[in-house]
Amino acid sequence: MVALRRLLPATQREWRNFLLGIGFASPWIIGFLAFTIFPVGSALYYSFTRYDLVRDPVWLGVQNYVAFADDADFRLVAGNTLWWVLLSSPLGVFSAFLMALLLNSRIVFRSFFRAIFFFPAIVPVVVTAFVWIFLLNIQYGAINSTLQAWGFKTIPFISSPDWMKWSLVVIHMWSQGAAMVIFLATLQDVPKSLYEAATVDGANAFRRMWNITVPMVSPIILFNLVMSFISGFQYFTLPWIMTQGGPSRSAEFYAIYLYRNAFQWFRMGKASALAWVLFVLILLFTYLIFRTSGRFVYYAGATR
Amino acid sequence: MATQLTVTHYSQPWHGRALDLLGQIFKYAVLMVLAISFLLPFYWMVSSAVKNDAQVYVVPPIWFPRPQFWENFWNAWNSETFNLWTFNTVVRYAVPATVGTVLSSSLVAYSFARIDWKGRNAIFAIVLATMMVPDWVRLVPLFVIFKTLGWINTFNPLVVPAFFGNAFFIFLLRQFFLALPLELSDAARIDGASELRIFVRIILPLSKAALAVVALFTFMNAWNDYLGPLIYINQVDKWVLTLGVGRLRSAVDEIGNTKLAYPWLMAVSSLITLPVFLAFFFAQRSFIEGISLTGLKG
Repeated sequence: MVALRRLLPATQREWRNFLLGIGFASPWIIGFLAFTIFPVGSALYYSFTRYDLVRDPVWLGVQNYVAFADDADFRLVAGNTLWWVLLSSPLGVFSAFLMALLLNSRIVFRSFFRAIFFFPAIVPVVVTAFVWIFLLNIQYGAINSTLQAWGFKTIPFISSPDWMKWSLVVIHMWSQGAAMVIFLATLQDVPKSLYEAATVDGANAFRRMWNITVPMVSPIILFNLVMSFISGFQYFTLPWIMTQGGPSRSAEFYAIYLYRNAFQWFRMGKASALAWVLFVLILLFTYLIFRTSGRFVYYAGATR
Repeated sequence: MATQLTVTHYSQPWHGRALDLLGQIFKYAVLMVLAISFLLPFYWMVSSAVKNDAQVYVVPPIWFPRPQFWENFWNAWNSETFNLWTFNTVVRYAVPATVGTVLSSSLVAYSFARIDWKGRNAIFAIVLATMMVPDWVRLVPLFVIFKTLGWINTFNPLVVPAFFGNAFFIFLLRQFFLALPLELSDAARIDGASELRIFVRIILPLSKAALAVVALFTFMNAWNDYLGPLIYINQVDKWVLTLGVGRLRSAVDEIGNTKLAYPWLMAVSSLITLPVFLAFFFAQRSFIEGISLTGLKG
């Protein structure tokens, strides 16, 4: 009772502020209930049913979940997605970090280079997809056409299952502008005095980088990595537009499989189960990263 | 230029200076290679847009097409109902979504930044936590809800949720509002101004820069959005640009059957990138600062 009392506003003034605050925040609160809590909750319900949008949902219990155990499609897309998350995220963060480092050093035309590195991040994904489809075309794409002219063999960037995912990784590394800008802002906040002191002590560029820069930006490395993991698990638009998950389903990622189940085959129950598995996976992954990151991340001002 | 290369460090032996010079050369080499490979896809897109078929299907590739067929832009644009799709994208989707997001997100951010109410921090923590909820978890039930409401093939599923605030922009605006001096509101409160009045008359006018960032990002997200329209809109006369270009793409898959498939696809791709490019060109600072703000919490 006492605990409850403490949670509630006490004075008239507190009540006034409370109502005002809730009032101003009400659009988000209503939206949260209507567009997040309710859907996520009903997805949980649907995940225990068979539902095709026409007939009423039929209760199946945990059958949708159990079926994943020997579902070859599920294993395929889960494998593809794990590959994608584990490779593209670190490489993407590395790419962003490298670009930010270059931009943060003393260079001429910095804002020009920054614009070039950033721009791919805001181009419509459809355009990214179409341009790269053409660029990587086996015959007349800029790269393969050049290779042929020089007498080399062509490379099936997007027409071979062995290459497709790697091509996507390259495109991913190419569009890391947002993460790069976040890195750059952090790098600019690293106190110059640290570098000067290290230089006086005779630390070379590599040591300065490893012992000052990396620790100082490590929270942002973690932040970008986590964000990249979360979006990596949901990777959809680019592989969908480029090859609809092909060739030979090599780019059939989890979200593509979910999309097919929901909106092509209208298996809303199975799709909801897929969605919840994804949700739990993302939460678990994020939790594990934060649990284990303490050893690698340096928080200035934290006493440890 | 020269000053950039003369690194005046504390007295260094000669091999130290030679290493520095080598480092500089290496750095600029990497920078140039990266810059060229970043620009290459865009150059390929624009230069291919003005080719004819003979210039496309050729080895080695033509980097400087001569003559250029500038009419490709006009012809490609008019080969499908791109004018209608632009109208749909802008008037029926991007503008209402932007208005909704700016209004609602600033209102909510004001509550979290400048009204001191019990439970505020707990609720704000939930706002941040929602950014972790994958869109895919909500997609299926939302589709069911919107279908029940008869909203399929309308822009409501894309626009209406925008009026209920966006966690990311609430966070961004809250950061901005927090930085404004509290005395401003206190003085107005003593004069008897209501909270709404303080918000509209004092806080909003001081936050034009931040609001512009939110508007810019929301508009661009709508302009670039593919998944939302893909799920909710399948009637061709209600399509948006990102779906519309797909029409030209299917022509590409039938190489040889369709004339000017690649040039036209590249031409329209260039045209729908152009507004993004112009926005970025004129508002580069807003883009960079808006994104930098989001990294603060890391």
